[in-house]
Amino acid sequence: MSSRSTRISLAVWSVLVIAFLWIPLVVIALYAFNSSNIQSWPIPGWSLHWFRMAWHDPDVRNAFLLSLKVGLATTGIALVLGTMAATAVARFRFFGRETVSFLLVLPLALPGILTGMALNSFLFSFAGITASMWTIVIGHATFCVVVVYNNVVARLRRSSPSLIEASQDLGADGWQTFRFVVWPVLSTALVAGGLLAFALSFDEVIVTTFTAGAQETVPIFILDNLRTGKNLPIVNVVAFFVIVLTVIPVVLAQRVMRDTGVTRRGAAEVTEGVEAAEIPAV
Amino acid sequence: MRIRKKYVLSAVLLAAVVAAFAVPAASVQAGSGLPTKIGKGEGRLNVIQWPAYTDKSFAKKFEQQTGCIIHRKTAGSSNEMFSLMHGSGGGGGGGANGYDLVSASGDASLRLIYARDVKPINIHLIPSWKNFLPAFKSPPHNTINGVHYGVSVQWGPNTLIYNTKKVKQAPKNWSLIYSKKYAGHVTVPNNPIQIADAALYLMQTRPSLGIKDPYELTLKQLTAAGALLARQKPLLKRYWVYEADEIQSFQNGDVWIGAGWPYQTLQLQKAKAPIKEVVPLPTTGWADTWMLARRAAHPNCAYMWMKYVTTPQVEAKQALVFGETPVNPKACPYMNKIKKGSCAGYHLNEPASYYQKIKFWKTPVPTCGWKKGNGCMDYNAWQQAWARITG
Amino acid sequence: MAADAGAFEAGPPGRRARLRLSGLLWRRPWLKALGLLTPPLAVFVIVYIGALSVLFVSSFWTVNAFTAAIEHTWTLANYRLIFSSGQPYLHIAALTLEIAAAVTLTDAVLAFPLAYFMARLAGGRTRAILFVMVLLPLWSSYLVRVYAWQAMLSHDGAINWWLNKLGLPDQNLAYTNWAMWIVFSYVWLPFMVLPVYAGLERIPDSYLEASADLGARGFKTLRSVILPLALPGLVAGSIFTFSLTLGDYITPLLVGGPSSQFIGNVVYDFVGINANVPFAAAFATIPLLIMGAYLLIARRLGAFEAL
Repeated sequence: MSSRSTRISLAVWSVLVIAFLWIPLVVIALYAFNSSNIQSWPIPGWSLHWFRMAWHDPDVRNAFLLSLKVGLATTGIALVLGTMAATAVARFRFFGRETVSFLLVLPLALPGILTGMALNSFLFSFAGITASMWTIVIGHATFCVVVVYNNVVARLRRSSPSLIEASQDLGADGWQTFRFVVWPVLSTALVAGGLLAFALSFDEVIVTTFTAGAQETVPIFILDNLRTGKNLPIVNVVAFFVIVLTVIPVVLAQRVMRDTGVTRRGAAEVTEGVEAAEIPAV
Repeated sequence: MRIRKKYVLSAVLLAAVVAAFAVPAASVQAGSGLPTKIGKGEGRLNVIQWPAYTDKSFAKKFEQQTGCIIHRKTAGSSNEMFSLMHGSGGGGGGGANGYDLVSASGDASLRLIYARDVKPINIHLIPSWKNFLPAFKSPPHNTINGVHYGVSVQWGPNTLIYNTKKVKQAPKNWSLIYSKKYAGHVTVPNNPIQIADAALYLMQTRPSLGIKDPYELTLKQLTAAGALLARQKPLLKRYWVYEADEIQSFQNGDVWIGAGWPYQTLQLQKAKAPIKEVVPLPTTGWADTWMLARRAAHPNCAYMWMKYVTTPQVEAKQALVFGETPVNPKACPYMNKIKKGSCAGYHLNEPASYYQKIKFWKTPVPTCGWKKGNGCMDYNAWQQAWARITG
Repeated sequence: MAADAGAFEAGPPGRRARLRLSGLLWRRPWLKALGLLTPPLAVFVIVYIGALSVLFVSSFWTVNAFTAAIEHTWTLANYRLIFSSGQPYLHIAALTLEIAAAVTLTDAVLAFPLAYFMARLAGGRTRAILFVMVLLPLWSSYLVRVYAWQAMLSHDGAINWWLNKLGLPDQNLAYTNWAMWIVFSYVWLPFMVLPVYAGLERIPDSYLEASADLGARGFKTLRSVILPLALPGLVAGSIFTFSLTLGDYITPLLVGGPSSQFIGNVVYDFVGINANVPFAAAFATIPLLIMGAYLLIARRLGAFEAL
C-alpha cells in the first residue's frame, strides 16, 4: 500500500489538485495589480493605481462598512443563540433533542436560495418590514447559529458536566460558575465558532441578495459589478481584499482549535465545525 | 416608589408631546395632497436605472449642487426594474426596498402604477415639462386621467448592432438575426419582450397572420412568434442580460451581429472596436419615465433629480451618452454643440415621423386594442412562452 | 444542611437572590433547559420555519400577470405548469441533476487520492499545511472563485494564452455547460476533500496491516477495505456537492450560456425578475424533495456519522 511509486504518484496528484485549487485565486489576486482596465492575459503592466481608486470609491467603503457591521451583529447573535441551544442540547436530555440539531442545520443543508426566497417573502411580503441592515442580519443569523452551535456542542461533549456540580458544591452561584468554570472551557470553542461565523457572513451572497434592499454588502457589490460588467479593475481589488480578509479569521480559528492540544482530533473537529457550517450559504 | 411614579409620568408626558408632533407630520405625508414645493435635500438618492441614466458625466454636478449622493442599481430589463421596485409583493413594495426613483420604460410603468408601487408627482415642480414634445408630456404610459405618475425623460429605438469586419454590408432589415448566415455569432436580449420583435418581423414577412400590434397577440400569433424565436435559438452565441454582456461579446469577437441599444454601440466605438449600428424601421423601442416610489425615503432629492435631468443641457448630455433622444426639444442646440448634427441624427427635430415608426415597449394585456374583446395573451403567457424558448 | 443554610443566608441581597435562582434551577433542570432553549428555538421556528412554511403555502397561489399582486386562491396551477410536457422545467431539473452528478463524481475522483495522501501518507507538518491549503479556498469568497474562472475562460484570458503557447487552439468553453461542470467541480472540491479526509483518518492502521497479512495486494485492500470504510465520508461530501449544485444560481449566471438554465437561476429569475414568488416556490420544491430523499439515503449509508 505504501510502495514508493504509489507514494510518489499520490504526492504528485495532491500537488496538482492543490495547484488546481489555488491557481484561480492567484490569477485574480494578480489582476488586482493590473495596470490596464481590460482583463486580458498576460497582464500588460503592474500598478497600485486601482487600490488607490478603490480606497477612494464611496461605494466600496460603504460596502466594506456594511459587511463589517452585518458580520459583527450576526456573530453576536449567533454566539448567544448558538451557545444557549448547544448548552441545552449537550447537557440535558429531553424529548426532541435530535430534532433541535436537525432544525438548526436546515439553513445549511437546504440550498441557500430556499432560505433566501423564504425570508424574502416572509419578511417583506408577509410581515411588511422594510429592507435594512437588520433584514440582512436575520438572514445570516439563520445559518451562522449552527456554526457556533456545533463547535460548542463538540466542546461540551468533551468536557465533564460534573465540573458545574463541583463548582456549585463549593458554593458558587450561577454567575461565578460561569465566570470561573464554564467560560474557560468554552472560550476557545466560542472564539473559533465566532470567527467562522464572521467569515461565513462576510462572504455570503445568495441569501443576502434576497434579504437586502438597496443596501450593498461586499459580495453584493462584487456580484452587481460582475453582472453589469462595470468597474472590473476595482472588483479585482475588492476581491483581493476579500480573499485576504477571510483568510485571517479562518487561520486564527484553526489555530485556536489546534491549541486545545489534540492535534489529530483537532483537525477532525475543525472539519466537523467547518462542514456542518458549510453547506451552503457560501 | 414615589420617585419612580414621577419618572413614569414624565416619560408618558414626553411620549405624548412627541406623538403630538409626529401625528400631524405623518398625516401630511399620508394625505392626498402633492407637495407644493421641493424641500431640503436628504443627502442621498437611491435609483434603479438603465445604464448611464445617472452617468457621472452629468450627475456629478447634481451631487455637488444638491448634496444628494446617488446610489445606482442598473437593471437589465423592465421586468427586473419592476421586480426591484415591487419587491416580492404585498407590503414590501413601493420602495420599501429602499429605492426612491426608477427610470421605467413603457412596459414597466403601467405595471408599477397599478401595483401601487409609485405615487403621483406634482408635474409643476418640474419647470422643463411645459417645453416637452407634446407626445411625451402626458403619454398614456405614465399619465392616467390627468394624474402624472412620473416625468418622461428620453426615448429611443432598439438597434441592430454589427461588426463591420464580419458583416460587410450594412443590414437593411432585421432578417439577419433570424438567418443562418452568421449562425453561432448572434445575440439578442434575454427578455420576454423580445417576442414583440419577432412579432414585428412576422408582421412584415407573414402578413397572413394578421398581426396589427406586436404587443397585442392572439394565441396563434404568439405561437408563431415563439416558433420563430425557437428557430433563432441555435443561431445564438448567447442571450445577453446586461448591456455589458453584449459589449463584451462583441469586443472579444464571439458575436458579430445582434439586437441591442445605442449605448452598447457608443461604448464599443469608444473602445475603437469596428462596430456600427442601423435602425431598420419599423422597430421596437422604449420611452422612459422617472417614477417616484410610493415609500421613497428621499423624495426631495428625487424631485431635484427629475427637475435637473429634464433641463435642456442635461437632456443633451444624457442623449449623447446613451444614444437616445430627449423629450425636451430645447436640448437641440446643446446636442449640436457637443456633437455636430446629433440633433438631426437622433431625430429630435422631426420626431413625429420617426417615433410613429417605433413600437414603444408596453405590457401585453388581454384587451386587444385592434379588435373587440379579450383575445390577446397576457404577460404571464409571454413569460411562459419565453421560458419555453430559452429553457 | 446547616452549612447550606449558612451559604444561602450569607452575602448581600443580590447574591442571595442569585443563589436562590441557582438552587431552583438545580432542582428543576428542565427549567434551565427550557430557558436556554426557548430564545434560539423560538426565533428559529418563527423566523426560519415560519418563512419556509409561508413560502410553501404560497406555492399554491398565483400572481396577477400585470401587477404581480398575489392572488390568494388555492390552485395547483404552478405545479401543473412545472410538470406539464410542453414546458422546460422538468428538463431544467434533469439538466441540473445531471451536472450535479457529474460534478460529484469528478470531485470524488479528484479528492480521494489527495485525502488519502493527507490522511495516511503525509507527515504531521505536511498534513497541517495541506489541510490549511484545502481549507482556505473553501472559505475565500465563492463569488471571487467563480469570477476567476470567468476571467480565465474568456477569449483573451489566461487559459487560451497557455493553450496557444503549447500550440493548441483556443478553447471555446466559456458560456457552455462544460464551463458549468468545470467551475462547479472547482468550487465544491474542498467540500469533498474534508469529509473524505476525516473518514480516511479514522481507519485504524491495524485494518490495513491485517489486510496485508491476509495476502491482499494494494489494489484489493483499496477495494475491499479502504473504500467501504471511506464510503460514509464520500457520501457526506457528495451531500454538499449535490445540494450546492442544485440550489446555485450564481455560477450559471456568470459563466453559463443560452442552454445553461439551472434550477437555481430559474428560481432566482422568477423571484428577482418576474416577481412571481409562488411559481418560484413551487419549482423550488423539486430540489427540496431531491435533497430530502438524498439526505435520507445518505443517513442510511452512515454519512451523518462521517460529518
